[in-house]
Amino acid sequence: MNPSKDYTALAGYRIAVTGGTSGLGLALAREWHREGARVAFVARTGSEVERIAAELPGSIGIVGDVARKEDIHAIALQALGGLGGLDVLVNNASSLGPVPLALLADTECEELEEALATNLVGPFRLTRAVLGALRASAAEGRGGVVLNISSDAAVTPYPGWGAYGSSKAALAHLSAIWDRELEGEGVRVLARDPGDMDTPLHRIAVPGADPATLLQPEASARELTRVIVAELEGIARQRAPQAAAA
Amino acid sequence: MLPARLPLQRPPGAKLAAIDARGAITHGPRSRFAELVEPGDLVVANDAATLPASLAGVHESTGAPIEVRLAQRRSLDPEDVHEFVAVVFGAGDHHVRTEDRAPPPELAPGDALVLGPARAKIVMRLGHPRLVLLRFEGPASGVWAALARHGRPIQYAHLRPDLALWDVWTPIAGAPAAFEAPSAGFALDWRTLARLRERGIGFATLTHAAGISSTGDAALDRLLPLDEPYRIPEATARAIAGAKERGGRVVAVGTTVVRALEAAAAPDGTVRAGPGIATQRIGPATRLAVVDAILSGTHEPGTSHYELLGAFAAARTLAAAGRELEARGYRTHEFGDSVLVFSRALARAASRSAAA
Repeated sequence: MNPSKDYTALAGYRIAVTGGTSGLGLALAREWHREGARVAFVARTGSEVERIAAELPGSIGIVGDVARKEDIHAIALQALGGLGGLDVLVNNASSLGPVPLALLADTECEELEEALATNLVGPFRLTRAVLGALRASAAEGRGGVVLNISSDAAVTPYPGWGAYGSSKAALAHLSAIWDRELEGEGVRVLARDPGDMDTPLHRIAVPGADPATLLQPEASARELTRVIVAELEGIARQRAPQAAAA
Repeated sequence: MLPARLPLQRPPGAKLAAIDARGAITHGPRSRFAELVEPGDLVVANDAATLPASLAGVHESTGAPIEVRLAQRRSLDPEDVHEFVAVVFGAGDHHVRTEDRAPPPELAPGDALVLGPARAKIVMRLGHPRLVLLRFEGPASGVWAALARHGRPIQYAHLRPDLALWDVWTPIAGAPAAFEAPSAGFALDWRTLARLRERGIGFATLTHAAGISSTGDAALDRLLPLDEPYRIPEATARAIAGAKERGGRVVAVGTTVVRALEAAAAPDGTVRAGPGIATQRIGPATRLAVVDAILSGTHEPGTSHYELLGAFAAARTLAAAGRELEARGYRTHEFGDSVLVFSRALARAASRSAAA
């Protein structure tokens, strides 16, 4: 395992991430930008998007909310247009549902719907909108990877994490089914748990947590990037033997 | 033919008429497309996503309301989004038939257009009061953002409700490049792609900047289609060479695929990968070098799309087919029914090899 080799493999790849101005999404955007990938990132707040776009010259900052149906194609248009296609999509933007965390019986229906809109329906819509581009990328032996950010709360029934955990569980299962359905197209759909990280989302969920017990998002970003690179290399080998040999 | 009035890409009752190489026509549901193509054949589609190419705004110096319809750019380079050829309309919107739309105020080089968050300047007029070259100000990412926020897909007076961007992106839409939807591709859902694969039929894509089909102005429509940039991936060029080598047929999904492949063709039927510009008009006199069949919407005589079908089938065959489609209630326009036309050259090739 030579990490520097992993990262040179990213040069020239076209990657988009949602929730890209804080926490894990920002760490991913910075990591890829440093390694020469062409990066588009999405977030809801215009001023934050401008700040990160200035920090990462050449990156494409997109203002939009994946929970809003009307925003999805506007986001896809800017990412696919600005990058000329897409090789990798990371659905990272997440909603906790009720804040502070609440027992399910105390969770308003609208709060559950909000968690589902951001954590399940948004990633579904955005993936669907860019799937043609990912298919084309896979056919050219470049890529075609969707990485959905999941959580151990998708597997373990933690009391108080009902809206978040059930939406992430649904996202993980959707990823598994979609991955099987797209096998013939060469597009991978993965769900990964990045671990408990010291991020704004975690600080809202668990205000008293000791940062020393948490992963830094940069470490999780490197780990997830290794997963993405391994998939890209696998697709390149499988789809375009000549290109991979070159 | 009746226009399809609902923006459903794959309505449950969609029909497909197939015209074989000898001119015989059969009818069935559009879902049988994957069964009409044979193992060893290659289906090629246009994966261009459709731009929100209609921008409402004002002509700054007169304050006159205008609608700008982007119609052409030089290349598919993501950074090359400043200069566009555009058709400009005056007051009113798409609920008025384009034929009846008011002309724009007189447009002079240097005039500023305010199009929502975007600003553009007229670079020059292009030989018609509605047709101009314009130039957007600001960085490329700003142009994409302005299109995403303010642009709408080009609308049609015969459709209710108004089209949203998701209505005009085919299931396989990738890089945004088309000014109007490459609508033959509406027929291709992912189940159809899986079925093609199951049957041993190849599938490949190219990206072609499908241009506007009609402006309602006869003088302007005579200039259509405008030159259109395209890009053919290496993998697609290889797939075409493979199909030709094994005696398979190349089936184009839509007129734009025919234009791109024939523009990139060498006389021996090989296809050059990479970017190019389709400048040729394809019609009854064209000898097709690559494409053996076309899946298309239904088109009416007098359009450039209908003329292109003339490269595949004799005028007599198309006229007879037109009468049948009319009698059987086929629907036309972007969201209408489909035809699959095999080139009559295939019948000549078959009788030559039978005689040999």
